[in-house]
Amino acid sequence: MSVLLIAEHNNKEVRPFTYNAITAASQINDDLHVLVLGHQADDVAKSISEVPNVKKVIHVDNEIYENYIAENYTAAIIKHAENYSHIVSSANTFGKNLMPRIAALLDTSQVSDIIKVISEDTFLRPIYAGNAFATVKSNDKKKCVTIRPTSFDPADKSGGSAEITKSDPAEASSSTKFLKKEEVKSDRPELGTARIVISGGRGMQNGENFKLISDIADKLNAAIGASRAAVDAGYITNDHQVGQTGKVVVPDLYIAVGISGAIQHLAGMKESKVIVAINKDGEAPIFSVADYGLEADLFEALPQFLSELNKLNTIQK
Amino acid sequence: MKILVAVKRVIDYNVQIRVKEDGSGVVTDNVKMSTNPPDDNAIEEAVKIKEAGKAKEIVVITIGEEKAQETVRKALAVGADRGIHVKVDNVIEPLAVSKILKKIVEKENPDLVFMGKQAIDDDCNQTGQMLAALLNWPQATFASKIEVKDNALEVTREIDEGLETIEVNVPAIVTCDLRLNEPRYASLPNIMKAKKKPIEQINASDLGVDINPRIEQIKVEEPPKRKAGIKVASVEELVQKLKNEAKVI
Repeated sequence: MSVLLIAEHNNKEVRPFTYNAITAASQINDDLHVLVLGHQADDVAKSISEVPNVKKVIHVDNEIYENYIAENYTAAIIKHAENYSHIVSSANTFGKNLMPRIAALLDTSQVSDIIKVISEDTFLRPIYAGNAFATVKSNDKKKCVTIRPTSFDPADKSGGSAEITKSDPAEASSSTKFLKKEEVKSDRPELGTARIVISGGRGMQNGENFKLISDIADKLNAAIGASRAAVDAGYITNDHQVGQTGKVVVPDLYIAVGISGAIQHLAGMKESKVIVAINKDGEAPIFSVADYGLEADLFEALPQFLSELNKLNTIQK
Repeated sequence: MKILVAVKRVIDYNVQIRVKEDGSGVVTDNVKMSTNPPDDNAIEEAVKIKEAGKAKEIVVITIGEEKAQETVRKALAVGADRGIHVKVDNVIEPLAVSKILKKIVEKENPDLVFMGKQAIDDDCNQTGQMLAALLNWPQATFASKIEVKDNALEVTREIDEGLETIEVNVPAIVTCDLRLNEPRYASLPNIMKAKKKPIEQINASDLGVDINPRIEQIKVEEPPKRKAGIKVASVEELVQKLKNEAKVI
């Protein structure tokens, strides 16, 4: 049987993690179909149809799908579910909100946040904030699976020409109303996909001091992250949070500044290729995962760091 | 309004967990347990709504072994009115949990069900959404702000792109984020008073729902270890290492 992936997009563009989810989904079974639910989202359906791994695109266009209302999305997905052995999506706030609603209606026990496809029914997933890995086998007939996007490479975006089929919308829910979305616009790379991430923690002391971080982020073309403590303290907005309950990032370089390294934060960054920790407490747990640790006062170290970067002839971007 | 709050007993968030040598799970004997952190936010929010005069009764429920009652007792000590403990002997999956909760909702008829957005043990992030689906109620997940209106809630949700605000009609399910509020501590007199509040015990097997596992846990193992790093003496050395050794900048 085939796999149905639910695309995440903003009605104009495919959101990047959809491509990572496509890679994982096609490892489950290469007969991969993608469902695009949106409003005036023809460009999205077309982009997805060009992904070589995708065999078919089902496009349902209606104003009730302009925003991710899980109730409306679920009704449409259930209509198509019977033709598929697996329903999958990325395990970010989009898929986390949506997939369990589908799974419950299909009477399926969902497998959340997989990091490896072992076979059609067996997957590897982190538990306890990534402090243990569980190999699990789903015995449900129909499987609902969410995919940790950073554990899979993004699929190639061009070269394919899958058929696009139009389909009718399902009934809309009258009990949920979208009011507004406050999106944080930034010229910097997205936190989830950036090659370099520099994060600040409670040690930053206030929001203004994050300027020290953003100056370096500008220089390195890095995304800015934060620990839960920094977000809770109001230094920076929640969309920057890295950790068990925030975003999981796997950049080539992760620089943790003034972050002690609580279990919940480590869960979101410890798979990064190279980790740097700057902290004045030499005993901070963050040093146990750091490739390069610098025991120093961040208010002295960060300006020095910037001036050392300025001395370099070239910086990889 | 009546609010049902679901709480789970988990290994305390400060404990460094250990994987059992036989690969069957993690060590839970003699390990400090506590209420799943975002479930504390769910309780707190319910109590605040009651204090604002917008809710009459808060019922707290947990599903688990005998000791899971501790989490109910703790919720009673910070303001919940009575408790329900559904006894199960083994760990059950979120789908089974949501089926049990559905039975309790049908019996208790709450207007709202609150719970944490995710349990920090299995990290599934499923139960609230599943319960909403089974009841055909609206869901507001990852809530960081809740405003109670007439027969509706305005909920601000934490999403990857920032914040989203939706309105859901009551009855509704809300799953709570850690930034929703600051959970209070119980005072000693309230802890004493909570001992007198009733906790109803129900055996899961008496509810007539299928709670058998659908997912086989084949193996639990430790994640690959990172090799030990080094300490650098200066910012200059750090930049040189990143440039010439790690080759990442």
